[in-house]
Amino acid sequence: MSDVTLDVRNLRTHFFTRAGIVRAVDDVSFTVWRGRVLGLVGESGSGKTVTGFSIIGLIDPPGRIAGGSIFYQGADLAKLTEREMRDLRGNRIAMIFQDPMMTLNPVLRIDTQMIETVQAHAKVSRAEARTRSRDALGMVGIPSPDERLEAYPHQFSGGMRQRVAIAIALLHRPDLIVADEPTTALDVTIQAQILAEVQKLAATYGTALIWITHDLSVVAGLADEIAVMYAGKIVETGDVGTVLDRPLHPYTQGLIGSVPSRNKRGSRLRQIPGMTPSLLDLPQGCAFRTRCARADAACQSDPGITEPVPGHALRCFHPLLEVTA
Amino acid sequence: MTTTPGTPAIELKGVSKRFGKNFDIAARLARRASAAFGKSPKDLTVRAVDNVDMTIRKGEVVGLVGESGCGKSTLGRMVAGIIQPSEGQVLWQGRDITTHSTQEARVAQLKIQMIFQNPYASLNPRLRVAEIVGEAPRVHGMIPRGEFDSYVDAQLRRAGLDPAYKRRYPHQFSGGQRQRIGIARALAVQPEFLVCDEAVAALDVSIQAQILNLFMDLRAELDLTYLFISHDLGVVEHLSDRVFIMYLGRIVEQAPAEEIFARANHPYTQALLAEVPRIETRKKQFAGVKGEIPSPLDPPSGCHFHPRCPHAMARCSIEVPALREIAPGHRSACHLNG
Repeated sequence: MSDVTLDVRNLRTHFFTRAGIVRAVDDVSFTVWRGRVLGLVGESGSGKTVTGFSIIGLIDPPGRIAGGSIFYQGADLAKLTEREMRDLRGNRIAMIFQDPMMTLNPVLRIDTQMIETVQAHAKVSRAEARTRSRDALGMVGIPSPDERLEAYPHQFSGGMRQRVAIAIALLHRPDLIVADEPTTALDVTIQAQILAEVQKLAATYGTALIWITHDLSVVAGLADEIAVMYAGKIVETGDVGTVLDRPLHPYTQGLIGSVPSRNKRGSRLRQIPGMTPSLLDLPQGCAFRTRCARADAACQSDPGITEPVPGHALRCFHPLLEVTA
Repeated sequence: MTTTPGTPAIELKGVSKRFGKNFDIAARLARRASAAFGKSPKDLTVRAVDNVDMTIRKGEVVGLVGESGCGKSTLGRMVAGIIQPSEGQVLWQGRDITTHSTQEARVAQLKIQMIFQNPYASLNPRLRVAEIVGEAPRVHGMIPRGEFDSYVDAQLRRAGLDPAYKRRYPHQFSGGQRQRIGIARALAVQPEFLVCDEAVAALDVSIQAQILNLFMDLRAELDLTYLFISHDLGVVEHLSDRVFIMYLGRIVEQAPAEEIFARANHPYTQALLAEVPRIETRKKQFAGVKGEIPSPLDPPSGCHFHPRCPHAMARCSIEVPALREIAPGHRSACHLNG
């Protein structure tokens, strides 16, 4: 495999709340390669967003990185000072959030916000910064970027706003973009436009992407690798085709079975019983065992990571090895 | 899943809904002045729903698909009787709701219930679950004296909730459970028709599957008719007997579900289907329909889709295409069909 952009090892991000320690991210490891897309999939509260925030250093108290490493070009992001992290953030590592209306400043024009971002990391003139901003807007497919630079965020539609957010993330040609549910709020046709831009980007500049989403279908079409999170842990990871076509973990299989398009029309959907447990009160051992049909006494101890098939790792004592999906 | 064509439950005839701005006196004077100078004042009316005909037969599940701002929620609200159409008629079992007497109208409205997208916003946070579910049937005299508790328990159990939780408030429940409360509330007044407006859009996949299964069970158990509004084609395909596709206030295509997913006719439907991410696809080349959804304040002339349509001809920008039958039960509004 080609060069590694980011290597996350045994990351633990815990929130020390009054009600107890919330292990939002608990022993998570994965690798992101240059020009490739990792789909980080999970349901609400699985820890996928906290994983993204940990990488870009946006964890606020009572949360903190309690252990593990995030290696980027030999340096451990988890141990950088705030000042060092600031040099990287928005420069080499950028983030795109779910709701662009929340991340763009509503009282500043787009040019102000973009020029500020350029000058934060590059010693260039205002005119040069403006040119770069315009080019970035053009790159994400915003028509007449010169005029649009002078608009305010509310003058853009939702899809256009997300394009602006992506353009800002692109300003410094980052090595890694962490995208947290960036198309969830968008309509299908607009989502496809954004996904097309993202694919072009990864192919052209070799940008590595972590695509955080709950939508398996988007990941299926976009990502190279997939990591499925449940209750703060990655329960299954591997090549997208392998994991989605032959899921080994009962949770992944349940998740895939829940997607309507996979089922026969009008038939009952295969549902996972129960609901996601509270992170404050996780079942001992495998967190999924209370909802799992294959669980037995062994599941009360913690299943380690195994790799029954090369390149396809999971945490389960009873993988669905004999089952062909 | 096919149903024998029954009698129409709901019929919409040429229904339109316009939302206009109320001008204050200064704005009215200004508009009159500019009109006097020969300038036509800008029209600030949104045609949210534009001349829609729709028949939903008893026992049927009809899916209504469209992107944000296409008017699908407005249409759903008119069906549910929450808002009145600006033009046209909504017939419930063959009779116009507006010509009912007050008493009849109340009965008709009870028979059509709505389930909303956001279970966080559509439940009163200050009421206990028992009160949320039991209030309407009690007010309408559906519960015999002294049977309030057992009635509410039965409603909760049917929606898959433990009646032990009925003294709790909505914030003590998860999203999926809250949606179940919304369903229990709608079913408590013994409706025959449910309008589900993006009822599973806010839920996680595994919870969504539970709620969709519940909808299908309830349909079999209570002989319900559904208008299922969603932007998620996967959900609609799974559930519906017939599908309507809406774009900027107009129905552009309607057909039985298998038909529309196999042989979409309208270029918009085709584009929509092509762009739906599917779990079976790998390394898809995303393309995207070009352009944005136009503002409903100023929709394109002729066929609303023509600025984004790859097949647009001169005629498309002038003439509104009629919704014409192209196969039995399959209607499409496109000039390409001749």
